[in-house]
Amino acid sequence: MLSYLPLLIIVLFGVGAFYASRARIGAAAEQPLPGLPGHYGWYGTLWTVVPATLVYAVWAVIDGQIIRGIVLSDYPGLSDAEATLLFVSIENAAAGVMTEDVPMASVELLRKLEHLSTAARFAVVTAVSVLGFFWGWRRIRPELTARDRVETALLVALFIASIIAILTTVGIVLSLVVETFRFFQLVSPFEFFFGLEWSPQIALREDQVAASGAFGAVPVFAGTLLITVIAMLVAGPIGLMSAIYLAEYAHPRVRAVIKPLLEILAGIPTVVYGFFAALVLAPSMRNLGVDLGLTISSESALAAGLIMGIMIIPFVSSLSDDIMTSVPMSLREGSYGLGATASETIKRVVLPAATPGIVGAFMLAISRAIGETMIVVMAAGLAANLTANPFEAVTTVTVQIATLLVGDHEFDSEKTMAAFALGLTLFFVTLALNVVALRVVQKYSERYD
Amino acid sequence: MTSTALSTISSQAAANRLLLRRKRAERRFQLYGILAISAAVGFLIVFLASIVSRGYMGFVQTEVQLTVNFDAELIEAGSYRTILRTSLAELFPDAGSSRAERRALAGMVSAGTVFVLRETVEADPAIAGTVQDVWVLASDPVDQFYKGRIDAALPEGERPISDASLARIAALEEAGRIALRFNRSFFSRGDSRNPEEAGILGAIVGSALALLVTLVVSFPIGVMTAVYLEAFAPRNRITRLIEININNLAAVPSIVFGLLGLAVFLNVFGLPRSAPVSGGLVLSLMTLPTIIISSRAAIRAVPPSFAEAAMGLGASRVQAIFHHVLPVAAPGTLTGAIIGMAQALGETAPLLMMGMVAFVVEVPGGFTDPSTVLPAQVYLWADSPERGFAEKTAAAIIVLLGFLLVMNGLAVYLRRKFEKQW
Repeated sequence: MLSYLPLLIIVLFGVGAFYASRARIGAAAEQPLPGLPGHYGWYGTLWTVVPATLVYAVWAVIDGQIIRGIVLSDYPGLSDAEATLLFVSIENAAAGVMTEDVPMASVELLRKLEHLSTAARFAVVTAVSVLGFFWGWRRIRPELTARDRVETALLVALFIASIIAILTTVGIVLSLVVETFRFFQLVSPFEFFFGLEWSPQIALREDQVAASGAFGAVPVFAGTLLITVIAMLVAGPIGLMSAIYLAEYAHPRVRAVIKPLLEILAGIPTVVYGFFAALVLAPSMRNLGVDLGLTISSESALAAGLIMGIMIIPFVSSLSDDIMTSVPMSLREGSYGLGATASETIKRVVLPAATPGIVGAFMLAISRAIGETMIVVMAAGLAANLTANPFEAVTTVTVQIATLLVGDHEFDSEKTMAAFALGLTLFFVTLALNVVALRVVQKYSERYD
Repeated sequence: MTSTALSTISSQAAANRLLLRRKRAERRFQLYGILAISAAVGFLIVFLASIVSRGYMGFVQTEVQLTVNFDAELIEAGSYRTILRTSLAELFPDAGSSRAERRALAGMVSAGTVFVLRETVEADPAIAGTVQDVWVLASDPVDQFYKGRIDAALPEGERPISDASLARIAALEEAGRIALRFNRSFFSRGDSRNPEEAGILGAIVGSALALLVTLVVSFPIGVMTAVYLEAFAPRNRITRLIEININNLAAVPSIVFGLLGLAVFLNVFGLPRSAPVSGGLVLSLMTLPTIIISSRAAIRAVPPSFAEAAMGLGASRVQAIFHHVLPVAAPGTLTGAIIGMAQALGETAPLLMMGMVAFVVEVPGGFTDPSTVLPAQVYLWADSPERGFAEKTAAAIIVLLGFLLVMNGLAVYLRRKFEKQW
């Protein structure tokens, strides 16, 4: 808790600085000012808060490294892994967790350094804050263009906030690429993309059975494809026909009820669909299979695909509906005038005009289905079967990512890196689908005036 | 002339037939549409009905009334197990005192009863030395049987409850010592290995903490980004890059955000695993695009004349936007934030990676305590083999859907109330 004390100080000083600076300009002002008194207040606050916060943040990032370096400098010649292990045990001992064989001298040193760091940080942050305040205070005069200064600072803050979107993308790509690169140093990309055997279990002991993992991802991709195809066979017709009915036939009042109802399907958490698929649909399908003389696995691709199809109905229907309603009435009226029925008009006029948008909607739905995790984690299997039989268990990219990374693992094992390689593949495939979908919509859409 | 008339008649008939066929095709096409919608809505109804029918019993719990002799000496010695055993033996005097019989008796009530008795005494020490009637939780098999989920007609070996226990339940029922009561422990406890004791308070608190982090991080950043892009950003390459990035992030599968969180937040920044702060950060990156996109729409919907009027009176552009445009756009941004939070509440996949799908008994007390979230609790319970957990899972889903309903309802209400056409 003590380490948050400087932040509290910063906040209090900042509030104080606002009122102090505002009062200063209020006392000095005779002529019209280049800013409201509040702007001068904010000016003081900025000088008090921003440098001190930066110092606090930098300190928080680097002090651990420095302390670690000092503590471990007593132990020259350790490898990285040994050093990490030693430091963790020293840290635990310092936190009061009983551990054996920890050099007490280092534990004491660590405690001392941590106390020193906390105290020094408090002193430095407070000092910077006070200095910043006086720096700003001295500059507050009626000539100061406070409004411009404060607004420039605000715009810089806005710009930094909007950069975070780029940083997130960079973070995703970097973290995936780095791990994937390390993975491909151990397993060749050729084996990963074209190998037919997927069994990522790495032996815990040398002599264990099936010690060598196999990282051929084709069965995983095939499983994803199978489940996606099943899902689209459900969502495609149902979604498209619902959209047609809602856009072309339904009474506005019916539409106002049905459209939100369909969209509820997209708002239900996927874990709930997973529960339904795994505990309601799959058992009853297996029983049905027994009655019909079919062997349906209790983790069949069919159950997962059906439920996923239901989930993505709204992704197909909403966008298709929007596209069809934006087809101008005059096109339909022209068709009616030639004697066509409503369905003929839809099939020959509205649908062709809306095709780019509908294709886009389908692609977005496919990308949703590929990236969906919880339904398949709960309802599809773990075994990587290379099969096109929907009654068998298959596995998907997302299932493998989730199972490879859940629980405590060594972060350097091939298993975890394989998950990142799968993640990178998933990221690029969904990205490509989305970009292409957007392009299709933009490029081939008819323009009506 | 006759042939022309004939051919007119026959072509008339052909036209009629064609017309009939076209009308049938028309009706068929409409029917397909109705069928598609009925399929989707029908599924929704079946789906919700099946969850409610499985889950509503999770809100009640079978309890058994014991007459407990809080013997002062035994309390002093801490032998609550003996106290419980004595009161069970008094309740069923016909049971023998063999080890197996004693275990069967203890199996009638929840395994946590001993601790409940101790807590009762600790809460009220004056109870020592008195005899009290105490309602305690029944064990999972008894609970499931009493709720009618176990078929007594099955042979004894095929059901999880013995004939002797059935007879005891019947005796309890006759004495009015067994009843279904509102399941308080479901809303006041964390997870447990015993289904009858498992509760969702821990998961609810975990979700609330994670969502608080998400809101605090993503709402200001999202609104600031939206304001920048809509009102201040110059049309240049960086702005375009930011816009493309936001749209792409909205389409990235959630599990990829989990990979990012694992690699960056946990392994590089060293944030704690399983903690609401790390989970909340990942969720905020996920909800950021939602908030940005809806806030931008809200800001764009404010007519430019608002800002122009303010600037005409001498306000700077910043003042015009922050004092006059943003307040008008506030309901829209708020709606976006609520929808984003609702998405974050239902999200599980990235939290799998952050270690938030974990067995956590303690209700978390802070942002760095190990905790789980509501959907993760659903996932965990759905995997548990005990019968009682199936019911608990469905009950937890009902609670989760309830929260989502409230949040989305609030968003719709805000939109309706403040939606204006300028």
